[in-house]
Amino acid sequence: MKKQTRRGGRWYAPLLLAVSLAGISAPAAADNPKDPFEGFNRVMFQVNEGIDEVVKPVAKGYDEAAPLPVKAAVGNFFGNLYDAWTALNNLLQGKPGAAGSDAGRVLINTVLGIGGAFDVASEMGLAKHSEDFGQTLAVWGVDDGPFFFWPIIGPRTTRDTFGFAVDSWTDMVWGLDAVPLRNSLGGIRFIDVRASMLPADKVVDEAAIDKYSYIRDAYLQHRQSQIRDGATQLPSYEDDDE
Amino acid sequence: MKSLFARLASFCIGLSLVAAAPVVAAELAPDALVKRVTEEVLTIVRADRELQNGNTRKAIELVDTKVLPHFDFMRMTRLAVGRDWKKATPEQQKQLADEFRKLLVHTYANSVTAYRDQKIVYKPFKAADSDSDVIVRTEVVQPGSKPIELDYALEKGADGWKVFDVIVGGISLVTNYRETFRQEVSASGVDGLIKMLVDKNRKLEADTGKPAAKK
Repeated sequence: MKKQTRRGGRWYAPLLLAVSLAGISAPAAADNPKDPFEGFNRVMFQVNEGIDEVVKPVAKGYDEAAPLPVKAAVGNFFGNLYDAWTALNNLLQGKPGAAGSDAGRVLINTVLGIGGAFDVASEMGLAKHSEDFGQTLAVWGVDDGPFFFWPIIGPRTTRDTFGFAVDSWTDMVWGLDAVPLRNSLGGIRFIDVRASMLPADKVVDEAAIDKYSYIRDAYLQHRQSQIRDGATQLPSYEDDDE
Repeated sequence: MKSLFARLASFCIGLSLVAAAPVVAAELAPDALVKRVTEEVLTIVRADRELQNGNTRKAIELVDTKVLPHFDFMRMTRLAVGRDWKKATPEQQKQLADEFRKLLVHTYANSVTAYRDQKIVYKPFKAADSDSDVIVRTEVVQPGSKPIELDYALEKGADGWKVFDVIVGGISLVTNYRETFRQEVSASGVDGLIKMLVDKNRKLEADTGKPAAKK
């Protein structure tokens, strides 16, 4: 758990307590079985929107200042570190073929892609996958459980919250012993991830009538698709066609 | 020089397709239709700085003329509203569809202006001749991140294939509204939902008018 608190859990702990109390007393229109703690989650969502007021301008600055090749290299670098974890998860999900391909990607991109800065493997036809421990748990038969909206971390089902804890525990960046390097890399990655979501911001802001539920339901749909590995499936339209 | 030539070439191809469009549209297979419309729109966006700089009004115009004729909004709205659709009178259904259409156009227009240099990959298309509902799968490829799946659900209608859902990364843009709509109908009825959509569109319309929206 040490690594978890390192992530910055300490400073927002009192805040967490305060808003959770507020959340529990807030009137909730909680009739959605997937989201029994909607009142609490909505408060957390607002907290995150507040945090984003600070993070977003930084991400925007990075996005405008860094040339595309630099941004691509940064994304590739962290992606390459993550591919190793994807490989292991694919193995745990009983997909040795995909696991082998992911391990090959790490090898190729680390060596030929200069430490992961270039995604040579994709150009060679080894498609990038994205697996995490939450997906592995899902494949093993663990259900979603209630939905949560966490500060900084964002939306997660109960299962994916546990999955995320394991992902972070094994995370190479957070496992570094050199603290300044670890913090810099962690910070850059955080901003890079945020920057990659900038184009979607306006789309979501304008598409959503109720931003909280729009993001929640998009997250839940997206996770289902990831667990199925994006296999073609018409979304469930069961309520209508007759 | 080469890329300029390539761009010019694709522009010409785009033009010829536009010219040929009305004749061919009805007979096009769903995957060919998606590809044609996508390329057509991208060709225009690539050549237009105003669109790239986020001119939403212009993007809406583009979506209105090029994309919307291939969408079935009645079905989209029915899917988004779900079970409560039957509670709406035909008049209310029409109002719902009109408002939902405006909302989706806006969303689509915003995605168009968010487009940078991503490549679109068309995945192999599988469907039996007898299928009336199909999925056409594409992928948005961008450097430095995992490709995003962008799928279109189409239905065979009297006048050719019509899109009834757009699915981004597994997220159905239509059914994603279901929970919001359902809660609104249960709180304030079908008229409440119509009002919610009208208000939303009014707000979007007002924001589009502001020059600040141009980034």
